Amino acid sequence: MRVTVRLFARLRDLAGAGELVREVPDQATVQTVWNALTREMPSLVEYERTMSVAVNAEYSRMAATVHEGDEVAFLPPVSGG
Amino acid sequence: MALVAVTAEPLDLRALTSEVAAGAIGDGAVATFTGLVRDHNQGRKVRFLEYEAYEPLALRALRRIVDETKGTWPEVRLGLHHRIGHLEIGEASVVIVAVSPHRADAFAACRYAIERVKQIVPIWKREHFEGGEVWLEGATADPDDEDARQAAQRTACA
Repeated sequence: MRVTVRLFARLRDLAGAGELVREVPDQATVQTVWNALTREMPSLVEYERTMSVAVNAEYSRMAATVHEGDEVAFLPPVSGG
Repeated sequence: MALVAVTAEPLDLRALTSEVAAGAIGDGAVATFTGLVRDHNQGRKVRFLEYEAYEPLALRALRRIVDETKGTWPEVRLGLHHRIGHLEIGEASVVIVAVSPHRADAFAACRYAIERVKQIVPIWKREHFEGGEVWLEGATADPDDEDARQAAQRTACA
């Protein structure tokens, strides 16, 4: 199935794109999507311990299951205000 | 005007205050906070900032802050606008308005809201300084982190 990956701020810069479409196995979790991404772009892995994740613009967890067409976002530590 | 917003337009504290305070015949206090872009940070001379948001989630996070505030200070009404895009030194990046019957709640809710913005709203600033540029990174956003929420509340009520 296909999911849309969204990356922001420095993660976006490291990946060179803010939006990617990726094929992942059925039953994939957010972690599966992240693992595929970091295999492709190893420089992203430094964010694994500090980032947040979202599915369809709701905060989520690495263990959450993703579904066909979902938007999976990886968010570096925030700095608003 | 919406009570929460993420916008590339310049922020208008006066208009937001009018909106939040409309019909405030039982209210005795308006507390506001305005965050400004300053010309220095961590020893660097800042030229300008660029803010980026994950907009739909940022709006949800702002609404969550309004709801949390309501939970703690039921009589407070809150307005919260965050700017994104290119901001020059001296421009407002965030404005918050808290309206309440009494000043203690208005001040506390206003402070709580900005602390929570910095904890859980998916917005990032890229600092352009003399000699380079850098993404600033603060808190790992986790709205369910109760320790962080309580820390914000302690700060608000200190």
